Amino acid sequence: MTIDDRTVRDLVLVGHGMVGQRFLEAWTEQPAARGWRVTVLAEEPRPAYDRVHLSSLFDGRTAEDLSLCPPGFLAEHGIDLRLGDPVTAIDRAGRTVTTRSGTEVRYDVLVLATGSVPFVPPVPGKDAAGCHVYRTIEDLDAIRADAEAAGTGVVVGGGLLGLEAAGALRAGGLSTHVVEFAPRLMAVQVDDGGGAVLRRKIEDLGVTVHTSAGASGVVTGPDGRVTALALSDGRELPADLVVFSAGVRARDQLARDCDLPVGQRGGIVVDEHCRTADPAILAIGECAQAADGRVYGLVAPGYQMAETAARTVAGLAGEGAGPTGEGFTGADTSTKLKLLGVDVASFGDPHGTAEGALDVLYSDSRSGVYRKLVIGQDGALLGGVLVGDTDAYGTLRPLAVAGKPLTVAPEQLVLPAGFANAGPVALPDDAVLCSCHNVTQGAVRAAVHEQGCDSVAAVKKCTRAGTGCGSCLKQLGTVVTEELEAAGVSTDKGLCEHFTHTRAELYEIVRVTGITTFTDLLDRHGNGEGCEICKPTVASILASLGNGHILDGEQGALQDSNDHFLANIQRNGSYSVVPRVPGGEITPEGLIVIGEIARDHGLYTKITGGQRIDLFGATVDQLPVIWRKLVDAGFESGHAYGKALRTVKSCVGETWCRYGVQDSTALAIELELRYRGLRSPHKLKSAVSGCARECAEARSKDFGIIATSAGWNLYVGGNGGMTPRHADLLAADLDRETLIRTIDRYLMFYIRTADRLERTSVWLERLEGGLDHLRAVVLDDSLGIAAELDDLMARHVGGYQDEWAETLADPDRMRRFASFVNAPGTPDPAVTFVPERGQIRPARAGEAGQTLTAPVPVLVAGSRLEVLTP
Amino acid sequence: MTVQIHDGTSWHAVCTLDDLQPGRGRAVLLDGDRQVALFLGRAGDLYAVDNLDPFSGAQVLSRGLIGSRGDRPTLASPMYKQVFDLTDGRCLDEDTAPDGAPAVLRLWPVRLAPEGEVV
Repeated sequence: MTIDDRTVRDLVLVGHGMVGQRFLEAWTEQPAARGWRVTVLAEEPRPAYDRVHLSSLFDGRTAEDLSLCPPGFLAEHGIDLRLGDPVTAIDRAGRTVTTRSGTEVRYDVLVLATGSVPFVPPVPGKDAAGCHVYRTIEDLDAIRADAEAAGTGVVVGGGLLGLEAAGALRAGGLSTHVVEFAPRLMAVQVDDGGGAVLRRKIEDLGVTVHTSAGASGVVTGPDGRVTALALSDGRELPADLVVFSAGVRARDQLARDCDLPVGQRGGIVVDEHCRTADPAILAIGECAQAADGRVYGLVAPGYQMAETAARTVAGLAGEGAGPTGEGFTGADTSTKLKLLGVDVASFGDPHGTAEGALDVLYSDSRSGVYRKLVIGQDGALLGGVLVGDTDAYGTLRPLAVAGKPLTVAPEQLVLPAGFANAGPVALPDDAVLCSCHNVTQGAVRAAVHEQGCDSVAAVKKCTRAGTGCGSCLKQLGTVVTEELEAAGVSTDKGLCEHFTHTRAELYEIVRVTGITTFTDLLDRHGNGEGCEICKPTVASILASLGNGHILDGEQGALQDSNDHFLANIQRNGSYSVVPRVPGGEITPEGLIVIGEIARDHGLYTKITGGQRIDLFGATVDQLPVIWRKLVDAGFESGHAYGKALRTVKSCVGETWCRYGVQDSTALAIELELRYRGLRSPHKLKSAVSGCARECAEARSKDFGIIATSAGWNLYVGGNGGMTPRHADLLAADLDRETLIRTIDRYLMFYIRTADRLERTSVWLERLEGGLDHLRAVVLDDSLGIAAELDDLMARHVGGYQDEWAETLADPDRMRRFASFVNAPGTPDPAVTFVPERGQIRPARAGEAGQTLTAPVPVLVAGSRLEVLTP
Repeated sequence: MTVQIHDGTSWHAVCTLDDLQPGRGRAVLLDGDRQVALFLGRAGDLYAVDNLDPFSGAQVLSRGLIGSRGDRPTLASPMYKQVFDLTDGRCLDEDTAPDGAPAVLRLWPVRLAPEGEVV
């Protein structure tokens, strides 16, 4: 290829999806990129976004949250992005493209990143109202709009995307069905056994699965809307909404129209440098058929192609130079994901297609765990499938991709932890640890001992490993630690660079020595000035051991973002306020007072999942005014800001409920008042249910109590959040006194021995001896510390004071509640809001918001932001 | 004694030493809308940097925790906890903010001066 001697050359990118954006990022990093004008012609109305996480739009994330194009990126690099104007034709001879609007753009190099389109089986009625595909934000908006009026949704396709779509429908509150033509779910990635476990887990979530069934037609009502989906087996599934998610097809029409070769099953044919048959045209991502003859539908290979293409173009740009760097010859299609909350992973060759391949498998349908390893004749790991527990993925995938023999017996790797005693598995240096950025273990080791990286953070920065999907982070940590230890660098389990002790050790030091200040602790047992890790940890330890008000003296200088102002910091620097409502029981007067305060201060109000009322939008200056009113009305701090007991949720119990067998509300209130203000390594939540129907969701809590006709069952170690865990039964049919004593000891034992920010669930799983050991400690006093634990709790309960009432009573503590030290009373002008649905929300960048508080008078209540109803 | 911040033109007395808690910061309002985060270290050292957190876009850095990394004094943002070097304003965890700009805080000259001595 020859490039004219014009000073500015034109690079035209067609398509601005994930792969297109990655190409732009890689291209702008090339020194050769200077002197090139970049034009991007895109079909969708918005810049590149994270299509992989589309379904999170149903969980409250917004289209902006998914954006992949950093603000300022295009302007900084002078990239001309034209949205909503797709290319309709390529003139290869004239080196121009024409867009839908009729614009002609000339190019020196053209990069096609047009992605793929959803495949819709050609069934009658497929275009009826209520039928959708699942590909773009617009598709999701349309599904969401329809879902509001729909009761039942059917997804056609039980692959990756289909299950994503099913997750979205389920999140939208629809009764959800999945129809899959193959005999199992995720037929490409998992085998029959894994598919069966996956199906059971998904059905447990309330999604109905129909396998070996295809869609044969969409049935519509008189209004033309879908009413049912007819199946190939003769059945009809009633449906208000149908989503087709049966695979994708490469979008290669532009190439076909200008006679560029495409593969037999579609996809623009490219070589290992991503060049098409026309040297001025490249193709990347899902629209291309890679050099190995495959069309990749995953984002990681697309990213690798984008980077390859950027190097190819840069090579062409250099004088007479050809493509530089390694080409793209194919990629690992291993996947690890959480679909509908179920962990699924497959890697290497999961189906054992190689001759003589053997399976080693473990399946426990009771707990929903399935693990299969495919072993080659020579003992090498070829691939595998993991369902329900994918922890081993980080180690096994690189081994399988490298085709290396295992260093331990394979059965040790599939058995549950209790049966297995597998040692560490050694990875070869050419094993790819991070497949998003194609970083090998060798490169990570080199970063540590040759480039002086002394932490995971440093290695991430240096190699980009772990900065993509993050699934390799655990493994990355192991390798970095190993390498540091091998180099003689001590990787102690210390809290941070200022303390070589763990949190549990510091707790013991403080408890035994009676040290009461951070400075004292730092001088005697640490070094440096402290940091954002050790300061809040020590603050929590001091508070757990009863060292007075958390804002007093030096303790005030240790508190993290929320505790610092006894309120929860929100995204624009405003705060939210949560008064305690023990057990969720509240009088009409209490509700009215909270309502009046919110109204008078113009705050946004929301009922939380923990039976609280959250008031948002307060500035630092307003917090004392709001709390004065709350305290006067009898409310106290809800500690929603602290690593402390948050809520004890309850159902109404036997008092009102026709099924209740005990008074759960009274117990919840008693427990909440007993443990209020208790500082712990992680926030604590609890719940009490009045019968086995479990309306308070007690088994998703750090400690949960469920009434029985004989007493109370105590469950421990549950949590919601990112890695949910059901609590385990610690003791059954306890009387009230034994129950409370057991909880006292459990909490104090946890506070004493847990790591920083370690939830009870993680602590319990780490605890040597597990639940049996915990039971022995708290019920049988096997360690002889029960009296100490009881005494610590008694001191906590006896010494409790409401933090907010105490704060308001002390002018010294109140001094910090001013937005500006040189302008007390002036509210923060940077905290601005706009109206939405009759309340306020933080103004976004570029939005003209208003402050909530008038600039002059302080400590004056009154609604100040006019809330406009749309 | 007053704590004074130089805004490029002149020194402004913003508070007394008593207004600051060792190990902690306060926000200062300059020219009606410019926000500066002012910190007093445990050893009596003063630091002043932009209050705007480049990672969250919120004016909150005065509410962060100060500390040290190696022998450098640091500030951790209260929002997403990125750590900044208080001697040159550079972010030690990430080079660039989400908007692509370099993650560097402006440093403001700060001094302790006798009451009334304002130039």
